[in-house]
Amino acid sequence: MFTHVPNYPQIEKIETGITGFDLISSGGLPKGRTTLVSGTAGSAKTVFAVQFLAEGIKRSGDAGIFVTFEESPADIRRNVKSLGWDLEVWEAEGKWLFVDASPDPGQDQVEAGRYDLGALLARIEYAVAKIGATRLSMDSLGAVFAQFRDAALVRSELFRISAILRQLKVTSLMTSERTQEYGEIARFGVEEFVADNVVILRNVLEDEKRRRTMEILKYRGTSHQKGEFPFTIVSGRGVLAIPLSAMELKQKSSNVRITSGNKELDAMCGGGFFRDSIILVSGATGTGKTLITTEFLKGGADKGERCLLFAFEESREQLFRNADGWGSNFEELEESGLLKVVCAYPESASLEDHLIEMKDIIEHFKPNRIAVDSFSALERVATPKGFREFVISLTSFIKHQEVAGLFTATTPSLMGGTSVTESHISTLTDSIILLRYVEMNGSMRRCLTVLKMRGSLHDKDILEFNIDGGGMHLGEPFRHVTGILAGNPRETPYGIPAI
Amino acid sequence: MNKTNTVVAADEKPHAEWVLRLYIAGQTPKSLAAISNLHRICEEHLAGRYDVEVIDLLERPQLAEGDKIIAVPTLVRKLPAPLRKIIGDLSDTEKALVGLQLKPLLG
Repeated sequence: MFTHVPNYPQIEKIETGITGFDLISSGGLPKGRTTLVSGTAGSAKTVFAVQFLAEGIKRSGDAGIFVTFEESPADIRRNVKSLGWDLEVWEAEGKWLFVDASPDPGQDQVEAGRYDLGALLARIEYAVAKIGATRLSMDSLGAVFAQFRDAALVRSELFRISAILRQLKVTSLMTSERTQEYGEIARFGVEEFVADNVVILRNVLEDEKRRRTMEILKYRGTSHQKGEFPFTIVSGRGVLAIPLSAMELKQKSSNVRITSGNKELDAMCGGGFFRDSIILVSGATGTGKTLITTEFLKGGADKGERCLLFAFEESREQLFRNADGWGSNFEELEESGLLKVVCAYPESASLEDHLIEMKDIIEHFKPNRIAVDSFSALERVATPKGFREFVISLTSFIKHQEVAGLFTATTPSLMGGTSVTESHISTLTDSIILLRYVEMNGSMRRCLTVLKMRGSLHDKDILEFNIDGGGMHLGEPFRHVTGILAGNPRETPYGIPAI
Repeated sequence: MNKTNTVVAADEKPHAEWVLRLYIAGQTPKSLAAISNLHRICEEHLAGRYDVEVIDLLERPQLAEGDKIIAVPTLVRKLPAPLRKIIGDLSDTEKALVGLQLKPLLG
């Protein structure tokens, strides 16, 4: 990515504190301006509006006004408690003030003559002055239109309010409804008066899976990242955006080698894996992917490195028993604190939630090497697009930690073939190891080859290997067989080199 | 009975059957129209039985919070219960009377 530094004055922005959004928006919301946040029902508009104020209080003590037209303050206080925001505390500290414009249930309202929204404006001005607010959220505009008959009047009054907020130098956010995920920006034409900045929140059903994204549609006079970015809502933290293309390829790469946990494999790779590289191990079920993972972790722990395993296919008991069978005692390693094994069902959460949790665990445990077995198990819970974003986001995150990451991918067919995971991830990986079955003379044999090793020479042989109580043992190359990787092994007569 | 443009607290007149509160924002033409329209309606329909408090939100914005006032002018019928709100300068007498339930809504 190229960074271009313009030399004309930029519109100042204030960081919202909403993880990921500040990156997507190149610095936050335009200061002193009004931004429209538009979305369908259930697209997390209110959470976004509350979080904008909450982060302002938490990060810099900025006081904020919350104008509610829909839910009562009591409902909002209760609803956001699980997200980790105790509004009552902030209200007592004079950092948070509600302007309650929510309708009372069952109360009639008759219109008899000309009116304007001067009372709302007076209340907002009073509230801003009272606590010295610099941030304001208004939720939601659709509910204002529902309270009054004259939509044109409401529009022009909202325009007047946003102009006054600008004079008061209050950075504000207004939410509004849309009826379709891909259609007009907002109902009642509200985007026309706050058209400077528009953020769209989406909650799309794709292949029976919910996918939340945010997109900055307009940011007049200032830069931002384009396109839709996935986000999720995490209890205790609120909205978390996953900025994908906003990430920069800044990771360092080192020439330090680390062991794969297997001397023969190290030799094939020209002396081991690179310390901050991503290694993909691909093969059909039962070819030895979990074994390579086990040796990778054991090899690291033996050198005193901290190792982290995310397992999505097998339970702890299975993993520990398997490791035992190959001469690695995971129990002891966990007790020593060098190994951490995290097992989860792919279906237990959405991919975005898995990603956030994995990042949290990585940040907390601070491992030197990370293994994911298997990556392809996670394909089940996402759309191809969502999965690709997940892969890119996780690999880039791991690379930024400057640790080694080893992922496994299961190929769907026993003989040869590639997996979806592979096609998504192969260009992001530094090394690819293929494991394959070879059917020869009425028996199934296993072979291994190092397909790619970025920045290093490696052995190009296809080696047969055996598995016993001591782990994996690489043997002789299949010199007289061709077509292994294509899934169609054929013996060639001795003396004729197989090319 | 009471002049509509003077502020009289409701509790000074404990026997008034009708307690009304009119919210305005400054002495705008709409505010003045609302005050005079309300005075006329009250004298015609509620003479001797009402109490009106006028609140200017430019002077006392904090008072809008309790009745959750957004639009001005807004007339709030505090008594008799239940509470009702009539928005606008009351130039539409028919609607104002319907809002105050001084006249049934005609089909």
